[in-house]
Parts: sequence; C-alpha cells; structure tokens
Amino acid sequence: MAALAIEQGARGFGFVRNRVLCALVVAGVAAALGLAFVTVAPNRLVSGTGITLPGLLVGARALLLLPAAWLMLAVLTPPSRAVHASVTVSGALLLAGLVWLAGDEAAAQSAHLASIARVSLGGGFWVLAVLAWLAAADALQRLGLSPAWRALVHAAALLPLAALLGNGAIDQLSLLKEYANRQDVFNAAALRHGQIVAATLLPALLIGVPLGVAAARSERLARPLFAALNVIQTVPSIALFGLLIAPLAWLGDALPGWGIQGIGLLPAVIALVLYALLPIVHSTASGLRQVPAGAIESATGMGLTAAQRFWNVEVPLALPVLLSGLRVTTVQVIGLAVVAALIGAGGFGALVFQGLASSALDLVLLGVLPVVALAIAADAGLELLGCSLESPGR
Amino acid sequence: MIELQAVGKSFGATLAVDELSLTIERGEFVVLIGASGSGKSTTLKMINRLVEHDRGRILFLGQEIRSFKPEQLRRRMGYAIQSIGLFPHWTVARNVAAVPELLGWSTQRIVARVDELLALLGLEPGAYRQRYPSQLSGGQQQRVGVARALAGDPEVLLMDEPFGALDPITRQTLQQELARIHRASGKTIVMVTHDIDEALRLATRIVLLDHGRIVQAGTPAQLLAEPANAFVSDFVGRSDLGLKLLGLQTVAERVRAGENVAGEPVPQTLSLRDALSQFVVRRVDRLPVVDAHGLPAGVIHFADLLQRAP
Repeated sequence: MAALAIEQGARGFGFVRNRVLCALVVAGVAAALGLAFVTVAPNRLVSGTGITLPGLLVGARALLLLPAAWLMLAVLTPPSRAVHASVTVSGALLLAGLVWLAGDEAAAQSAHLASIARVSLGGGFWVLAVLAWLAAADALQRLGLSPAWRALVHAAALLPLAALLGNGAIDQLSLLKEYANRQDVFNAAALRHGQIVAATLLPALLIGVPLGVAAARSERLARPLFAALNVIQTVPSIALFGLLIAPLAWLGDALPGWGIQGIGLLPAVIALVLYALLPIVHSTASGLRQVPAGAIESATGMGLTAAQRFWNVEVPLALPVLLSGLRVTTVQVIGLAVVAALIGAGGFGALVFQGLASSALDLVLLGVLPVVALAIAADAGLELLGCSLESPGR
Repeated sequence: MIELQAVGKSFGATLAVDELSLTIERGEFVVLIGASGSGKSTTLKMINRLVEHDRGRILFLGQEIRSFKPEQLRRRMGYAIQSIGLFPHWTVARNVAAVPELLGWSTQRIVARVDELLALLGLEPGAYRQRYPSQLSGGQQQRVGVARALAGDPEVLLMDEPFGALDPITRQTLQQELARIHRASGKTIVMVTHDIDEALRLATRIVLLDHGRIVQAGTPAQLLAEPANAFVSDFVGRSDLGLKLLGLQTVAERVRAGENVAGEPVPQTLSLRDALSQFVVRRVDRLPVVDAHGLPAGVIHFADLLQRAP
C-alpha cells in the first residue's frame, strides 16, 4: 500500500527520476528518525532504552551521511550507468557504515557501563541495513551486468562487513557477545545444520530425480505421485516431525542396536526429504517435458539410441529447470531445518528456540542470521551454476 | 531402393494406412501428398521405423527393414521435419555433425563435411558454424535442418513437410535449393506435403493418398492431364489446371531458335506459366529469350503455349 501510494505520488513529482530509490529513501528517513538504531540495556534479559540515528551522528560519525546524501541526490538524477554504479557503491558503503556505527557505539557504551550491560541492534538498524542493501541490489540490477559479475559485486560489497567482523570493531555488540559466550555451541550448530541440509538433499536428489524422470515418461504414474507429494507438502512441518516420532520410536524398539530413535536427526531428515521431493520431482519432470518435441523426434529420426537421446539431448535441455528446482529446494530445506531442532535434531534452530524460551532476542538472531546468510549464499551459488550452464543458444 | 508391399498400420481402431504398395527407385523424388489424416506422414515414418508397420513388408535395398537395428537404419536415411528440431543447446556445426559423429567419422572429415554442407545450403560456414539455432531465422534453421539430414551422406532423404512452417518466399527459395541438390546428388528423396504446388514443383512422382490408400501415383503431368477420378481433379485443382500444366514446362521447350524480336529478354529456364504472365503484363505476343549465359536463344510466341499438350 505504502509503496503504491509513493508510486502514485511520485507520478505527480516529475523531478523524481528513480521511483524505487525514492521509496527506499523515504522509508529510510522515516526509519532513521522514528525507530531506535541501537538499544542499551543493563543486562541481556531486560529491554533497554533506544537511541535513534540522529543521536549517534556526532563527530567523524557524520561521514556516514555522505553515502546517504548521495542516495537521496540520485533520486533526482537522470538514470545512467555512472549513477547506477555510484548508487551501488553508496548502498554498500552505507551498509558497512551502519554496522561500523553500531559497533562503535557499543564499544563507547561498554567503556563506561558494567560488563553485563548490552548494546543491541534496534529496529532502525535492521530497516536501514535492508534498505541500503536493496538500494545497492536494485542499482546493480539496473547496471545489467552478467550474472557472474553481479555475484562478484555482491561478494565485494560484503568484504567491508567481513573486515569489521574480523578486526573486532563490532565485538561489543550484544549479538557478538552472545556469540563469544557460545562459540562452541554455535560452531556445533553450524556443523549440524550443514549435516542436516546435506543429508536431506542427497537422498532427495537420488530418489526425486528418478521419480521425476518416470513421471515425465508416464502420465499414469505422474498423477498419483504428484497428488501424494502435494499432500505431504500441505502437512505443517511441526506436525510432520511429530507424526514421525511414533513409528520411528516403534521401529527403534523393534530393531534394537540400529540406533533408530523417534527424535533426533533421523526423523528430521526423513521429514525434510519428504518435503524436498515435491520440488525436485516436479522440476525434473517439467524440465524433461519442456524439451522441444521436434528435438526429440529428430534425435530419434537421425538414429540416436534411447540412451544417447536421453543424455545428449534431454538431460542438457532439462538441466536448467532441474537446477532452479534444486535452488528452491535447498533454500526451503535450509529454512525448514530450523524447525527440526524441535525434535532434537540440533542445528541453528536449537539457538533460536533456546533464545525464544529465555526471551533473549540476540540469541534468536544468532540462530536466524546464519540461516538467512546460508540460504542467500546457496541461492546465489546455485543461480550462478545455472547461469554457467545456460548456453548463449537459449 | 524402398519397397512397400501391402503395408498396413492401425492406431487403435483407426486404420491409418491400408494395403499400401509402392516401389521407390533410386534417384526418385517421390512426394506423398494428401489431406491431413490421409496416412502420408505415417507412411513416411514407417520407412525409418519411427512408426512400426502392422501388416505387409517394407524392404530397404531388398531387405526387410526389421532386419536392421532401428538406429542403424535411421543413420542411413536423412530425416528432416516441419518443426526442424535443431538441438538448441548445440551450435550449428555440432547439429550438422550429429550423424557423422554417430557414424564415427574422423574429426577432420566431420569438419570438412559440415563446411561443405553449410556452403551447399547457402550458409557461409565462417559466419554460421558457431551460431546457435535461436540466432537464426526460420528459413536459416531449416537450411541447417536439411544440412543435418544430409550430413551422414544418407542413401535416402525423408522429409516430413519440411517447408510447411516457412513464409512463401523462403519456402520457394528452399524448394529451388532442394531441387538443385536432388539434381546434383541424385539422392532418393521421399517428401510429405499437403501443398500441391510444392509437389508439382519438386516431384518426379506424386503419390496422392486418401484414407490410407493410394488414389493415384504418377508424374506431375500425369496427375494433371490424366486424373484417375474426380477426387484427383479436385485435389490438383480444376480452375487453374491449365496454369499448373504450363508451370511444369519451361520456355526452353517452346522457343523458336534463330528468331529475333525487340524487348526485355526472358531466361529460357522461365516456366511457361510465368511466360504467360509476361505476355499479359507486357501486352505482346512474342518475347525474346536468352540462355543461361545471357546470349540470345530465340523467341517464344504466345500461340506456342497452346502448341501441344504438355
């Protein structure tokens, strides 16, 4: 609604040359003035008092206004490649600056507060960080670079953040303190999360791809198969985890020594594989079905054997669709694996639920942020892989 | 070369081809024509076993086609279809090289063959070799399709409405090129079409099918001049029958050598149908004719168009 209103409003303002950026800037100004940028609390469990951005911009920190001012100016500048490039750089600089500012304030506060006091990131920070990222990403899109270059720029934009993280500039933030306290737990959770995702995707591909090939070949198989997979997909994840407890516990009793339990990694992976099957089977089948009938007929007509036709014509032409399905599946599994912590599978979800139980928001964030980062990285990586497979012929 | 003996094919309860017998000699250009559902495509596809026949025998070089492996048989028969079916993820060169690669030719021989065929089909090899099908026009794609069908130097070329999806001008150009390739290579060609003008222009023999049976088979002139029944007359067209007959012959066959007349000369390869058009447009009854080198070859008279039954 708000975006629409801004769109319509902007039409009346002919001087606005970039409506998307205009909307982002307006929202950014509102967030900077209206929402707390950081909150300061005497300890990790009570809610603190918020400080908005203007209250923090003293001395050298005011330099942060430079990239912000350029983003505002760019709203009024006729679009060109140079403007898009400068907006990309400004957005990335602003993002890094926001993180640095929060860390700097945390360091300043902790210098004259008790060590259990916490400086947390506030709503204002998160909104501004997302808006800065969106502004950079939108301008990058407008630059029309090849996917590989786009990924490279994204990675370059993250370098300052990595540097801030590495040199301890933001160590006094509550989130980082939480990490320092639980480094072992965090690392174990990261490993386990990766294990869950890998242990899900591998069997899902091994089962899903052959099923997809079969479904593409036989309509009689496809209909009941997709009906069943659709039903599984509609079962809420917590319910599915719960449903698996009883049969697996029974199986564990019936087959002692196999290590089968109603809770833990196994039921989580089984449930996640069941979820992952639909997108994988679906994308395999629709990838094969969209191979031009003429290509298949002429392949057969010129004397390719069925196996040659499958591997040389059908597979390469179906692969981009399969890969985009795998992309969706991977992101979905990374997210769903959080819920698997409820049945004792571990992973980042364990941090999230522990944080929720103790109302420690920073602990929740410590679980959520790496999941988001992992999902974005997996999505970008698989997109890049997909683009590298696309020949210029398509 | 190819012999169909009382061949039949049914799809469920539908009889597609019924007791069809046809012998195709080496070097012939046979066009199977008929309305949709007449069984012409099915007949073509039975020859390379894309459709297996139910009854009768089909012989290739005297041997029942079922005694060949389907892949081996197909590699000896080029195949071009209306939807062209180029592999979109392969370059033009790799598309054309598909069958030679299956046949295990040496790389050197394949590269030479690809360039030779692209040139034969009027595609400059240097400019088109590395392009992808989506970067070509429909006509260029079908040129590649025909080149690919010819690549393995097949003994037979099977074509299923190859020019059906092209615009009239491109279609006519490609028809001329195919006729030229047929004359130059002497390959046996079997083509399916529903376009009677295409059949008249290209065929050495037209086979008119209806409901899976042969209604009439003969040279274009025979079909026009001696239609077996009313169905044939209707199919080849009654109103412009005379024009179609004229279309089968060229000026060279009626030219009076040694005569001279003023005016813009016409080439002796012009069809009599087009010559008639020239007479009408120019409001004359005599036209000067030149040969392939542009030298005077004589004069064609309007009255000579009626000289004798073509």
